[in-house]
Amino acid sequence: MIVLAAGSYGLKVLGVTALGAVVERRLGPLVSLLPAVLFSALIVVMTFETAGELVLDARVVGVGVGALAVWRKAPLLVVIVGSMSVTAALRLIT
Amino acid sequence: MAGPPTENMDPAGDGARRRRRRDCLVVSLAVGVIGVTFGVFAEAAGFDLPRIVVMSALVFTGASQFAAVGVVDDGGTGGAAVGSALLLATRNALYGPVVRKMLPDSPLPRLGAAHFVIDETTAMAVAQPDRRSGWDAFWFTGVTLWICWNLGSLAGAVLGGVLSTPETWGLDAAFPAIFVALLATHVRTVAGRVAAVAAAAVALGAVPFSASGIPILLAVFAVIPALYVRHRWPSDSEGLLGNESGGRP
Repeated sequence: MIVLAAGSYGLKVLGVTALGAVVERRLGPLVSLLPAVLFSALIVVMTFETAGELVLDARVVGVGVGALAVWRKAPLLVVIVGSMSVTAALRLIT
Repeated sequence: MAGPPTENMDPAGDGARRRRRRDCLVVSLAVGVIGVTFGVFAEAAGFDLPRIVVMSALVFTGASQFAAVGVVDDGGTGGAAVGSALLLATRNALYGPVVRKMLPDSPLPRLGAAHFVIDETTAMAVAQPDRRSGWDAFWFTGVTLWICWNLGSLAGAVLGGVLSTPETWGLDAAFPAIFVALLATHVRTVAGRVAAVAAAAVALGAVPFSASGIPILLAVFAVIPALYVRHRWPSDSEGLLGNESGGRP
């Protein structure tokens, strides 16, 4: 566990120090695109992945409702509660 | 943790800061509930209370902790547990270049802030319109999320299986939804949209064929078509982050 703690901290430090500086100097224009890339990948993985497989379940509908709320410029709390309640309700009736 | 000296001159004012921090707190509380699940899960996998508490405090990367405990639970070796956990933690290194401009300049506070470079803090920070409010969102999310995550895992470890699974409450849909909200500011440009769509396609395609953590890292290649689009149509206006960090003529 010490290895894990040190390793995960090391990766974070690497990002804000050496790697960060190199990436910024060499690949400056790329950095502004990283949030779009990483968040988008995170969204699809969290929405469709279960134990290494792609799965369609109630989550997809819930996230869809959340996305709709984002599009309608709803506050973050509404987005969260909306996606949760739709997903929970679907699971309750299926 | 102290903000930059100019923080109290926040031009957007107290109202904006209150709204910003409320959003950060909502995210932290949701993470706290996941922390409870982590505590329950780790306890069921045979981790004792001190180990669970120390892990949440020091490793502080939710997905990695779940992976490590999961591998141990499946009878995997310590090495395998650490390997898969660090694979998932690698994306935190990619968040570094994104947030480093917002972090304090002096080395010690910067090294302290590094511990808090995770999905949620990065997302809340880069969703803000400027560097100063970005730092405010970063540290406020970092501190509250750390507290919620640790209290959650402690509660989960103590209460054990008394609590039902978070899936019942649809919490597993809340996190992707949060990131949809935080992605919104980054897809205002054509290049941003291309990056997001390509990344989603790469990650989805990679899920069935690779270990967890890999799809998100592979998705970084999505910057290639996005950079091409930006190069081809340079008139496409960039978001605030683009002006701050990429800002080249």
